Amino acid sequence: MTRSTRRTRALRAAGVGAAALLSLSACSSSGSSKDSSSSGSGATASSSAKPSGTVTVFAAASLKESFTALGKKFEQRYPGTKVTFDFGGSDTLAASITGGAPADVFAAASGKTMKIVTDKGDTAGAPVTFVRNQLEIATLPGNPHKVSSLKDLTASGLKVVLCAGTVPCGAAAQKALAASALKLTPVSYEQDVKGALTKVELKEADAAVVYRTDVKAAGDKVAGVEFPESAKAVNDYPIALLNNAPNATAAKAFIELVRSSEGQKVLTADGFLKP
Amino acid sequence: MTDIDETPAGVRADGTRGDGLDARLVVDRGSFRLDVTLTAAPGDVVALLGPNGAGKTTALRALAGLVPLTGGHLRLDGASLERTPPEARPVGVVFQDYLLFPHLSALDNVAFGPRCQGAGKAEARAQAAAWLDRMGLAEHAGAKPRRLSGGQAQRVALARALATRPRLLLLDEPLAALDARTRLEVRAQLRRHLAGFEAVAVLVTHDPLDAMVLADRLVVVEHGRVVQEGAPSDIARHPRTDYVAQLVGLNLYRGRAEGHTVRLESGPVVATTEDLSGPAFVAFPPGAVTLHRDRPTASSARNLWRCEVAGLETHGDQIRADLTGELALTADLTTVAAAELGLHPGVEVWAAVKAAQTHAYPA
Amino acid sequence: MSEAGRDARAVTLESGARRGRALRGVPLPLLVPALVGLAFLLLPLLALLVRAPWRSLPDQLTSPEVWQALQLSLISATCATALSLVLGVPLAWLLARTRFPGRGLVRALVTLPLVLPPVVGGVALLLALGRNGVVGQWLDSWFGITLPFTTAGVVVAEAFVAMPFLVISVEGTLRAADPRYEEAATTLGASRFTAFRRVTLPLIAPGVAAGAVLAWARALGEFGATITFAGNFPGRTQTMPLAVYLALQNDPAAATALSLVLLAVSIAVLAGLRDRWMTASS
Repeated sequence: MTRSTRRTRALRAAGVGAAALLSLSACSSSGSSKDSSSSGSGATASSSAKPSGTVTVFAAASLKESFTALGKKFEQRYPGTKVTFDFGGSDTLAASITGGAPADVFAAASGKTMKIVTDKGDTAGAPVTFVRNQLEIATLPGNPHKVSSLKDLTASGLKVVLCAGTVPCGAAAQKALAASALKLTPVSYEQDVKGALTKVELKEADAAVVYRTDVKAAGDKVAGVEFPESAKAVNDYPIALLNNAPNATAAKAFIELVRSSEGQKVLTADGFLKP
Repeated sequence: MTDIDETPAGVRADGTRGDGLDARLVVDRGSFRLDVTLTAAPGDVVALLGPNGAGKTTALRALAGLVPLTGGHLRLDGASLERTPPEARPVGVVFQDYLLFPHLSALDNVAFGPRCQGAGKAEARAQAAAWLDRMGLAEHAGAKPRRLSGGQAQRVALARALATRPRLLLLDEPLAALDARTRLEVRAQLRRHLAGFEAVAVLVTHDPLDAMVLADRLVVVEHGRVVQEGAPSDIARHPRTDYVAQLVGLNLYRGRAEGHTVRLESGPVVATTEDLSGPAFVAFPPGAVTLHRDRPTASSARNLWRCEVAGLETHGDQIRADLTGELALTADLTTVAAAELGLHPGVEVWAAVKAAQTHAYPA
Repeated sequence: MSEAGRDARAVTLESGARRGRALRGVPLPLLVPALVGLAFLLLPLLALLVRAPWRSLPDQLTSPEVWQALQLSLISATCATALSLVLGVPLAWLLARTRFPGRGLVRALVTLPLVLPPVVGGVALLLALGRNGVVGQWLDSWFGITLPFTTAGVVVAEAFVAMPFLVISVEGTLRAADPRYEEAATTLGASRFTAFRRVTLPLIAPGVAAGAVLAWARALGEFGATITFAGNFPGRTQTMPLAVYLALQNDPAAATALSLVLLAVSIAVLAGLRDRWMTASS
């Protein structure tokens, strides 16, 4: 075999590899278009400029309803802007941000998760608490087991699910239980608040300790029971502008909207507490 | 569609030991239709002989119950079996490639049938050991099928089929999977075993030699129909189709006899020694043909045709020539003769056959 | 050394030599993507090893929670595999050996759990077998059986996700197996079931084993359907993948350590089984 045919073979083989890479990048092109539009607006990003372009907000899953509504308001107020959200577990979002994900704003469900980001120096300025969330008991519609307090959940025969201690709602529940010196053995420690709520919605569990906002969002599929001990385990929701924000101007304007009385109205309507 | 003849199943009133096989097997498969009638008395060995695709194996599978009948009937020792599932038929099968269970030893292969018939493990094995011993395979009882030679595997398969004490033994191309040398030996053994088998045996083969050595009676099947049946010697002497003639190595023609001549449908006349009249076959072996480059003048042969060599092939230590012309025929000649004649395709020759070497019989 | 042993060694030597020769002849357009593909599969595992918290590993591994989760994982995956075998092998036989209207549709439905997101599978299981499920409510009221939040529920969730692997693998083996052995068995007086049990099953054993290994591996790694259907409670329903996921929330190092344990155990089991079958089937 001659040298040149050997080389063409090698090239062809390299071509196969390149094609594989191309197909990968083609698949991810929808994600990168967002970057290009936001970097375009980044050129106009000075402190006094009018917000424009795309602002990317990473927010805790419990904020989904409220923030989606606020995003619409924002786009109305500043024509030419667009708010894109990434809702998820606060830990996951924090990990993405410290991993270099291009985001403008981070709104977390706990100070602990926000701390992951601030510790890495990824926030511009100190985070501010914009709402708080309180625990509530979610029971079956009509509350057939007559649950009226946290203590009632310790009754034998009642199937209760809690969030795992590693996620904010679980940590808060443990705090409330400890504060009232109660010992509760659930049937399951769920991976997130949504998982806990689903178990009650599907009537597999009789009760779950979740956030007030989740009970509200579930509508009539569950019944909410407030309990005094929840005051001892209130979650602060901090929001912060990110250091590498591609669209800092619009990001600041969005944070302002969230903290404004108009924003607070939307959030409290969904069950959040004012800070 | 089914038109299976309904007859009450059961044992005959006189209580005699069965009356063998009485079957008309009709299997319809759209483009192919099998319709053969088979009868045999206990102790008979019948060979179904025919070309590939003639329906022999289908007939065998229908007898075993592996292919449902669409019509006809199947009685064995007086009992109707049309609707009996294969596992309940008193039928044993030796498959073409034996289908010995590869995960079982020879002994357990043979014991499989008795076990299924309700014998205990030890008893089934004892029976199997006896069968293997009878087949001369006692020392191979523990061997897995893949360690057995072709001939040994064939005998294990036969023992396995016989161990269920079938009233009908079916053998599908029993020697086809063997090489030429083993074949000779196994054929002789199989003949001994079949001769000692007291019930009906039906074997399927496309090899006329196997059929003639092993069977008392041949049933020739072509295109799903029986075209000829009878004793092997009878069929060898009086073939009635080109296929059979070719099998037994004869040139065969059909025509109309007038005294000592048969006028063929294609025109030529063949002189014979028999005195017949009416539709008749006339046959002669390829070895009876002599070839000449020029028209023979001194030949005593009464049959002489002008032909052209269409093809040549070696056939054993002889040359077989395919001839076309006045009469299509095959001729066998020695290599030396072929060389002397300078035969090659396209050469014109005269073919001569003595009347005494032809054989005419009514069609 | 016995003669057979010497034979076996000769065979491995020979096949090794053949492999070496074969690799030299592999065309580059196949070799390059193949190596890239191999690297693609191995790199994340390698990264796991490189970044593993080796120093804190001993502490992680001696914690009782880890052993509890590992034990539960191994037991439930094995039970799920057993359940898949008992139900899946007959199902594969039905698909491979019988004809009935809608067989193609049934086959497609059998593979559905493969494409269904496991969490959705878990919800579907709750709707079917949960305390208020279509069937589950009767299980509860008649027999007092509730599957969610129990180890049995873990087995059910894992079997639901893993069984299709077994069915597909066994069906493929059955299709490749010569059905005439079953015919031969019936001519010897075996019922179809006896033929299956005594002839077909031993013949397809390697395929069944391969399918069982696939199913076991899938069950061992199962997360979504398990946590959705059976929940997460240490010692009862918290399998290794659940423990890994929850550890990931606040202690990625611990999650890495747990993953390494799971990885090591599965490699040990799979490699061990594979060797045994290789020698058994040759």
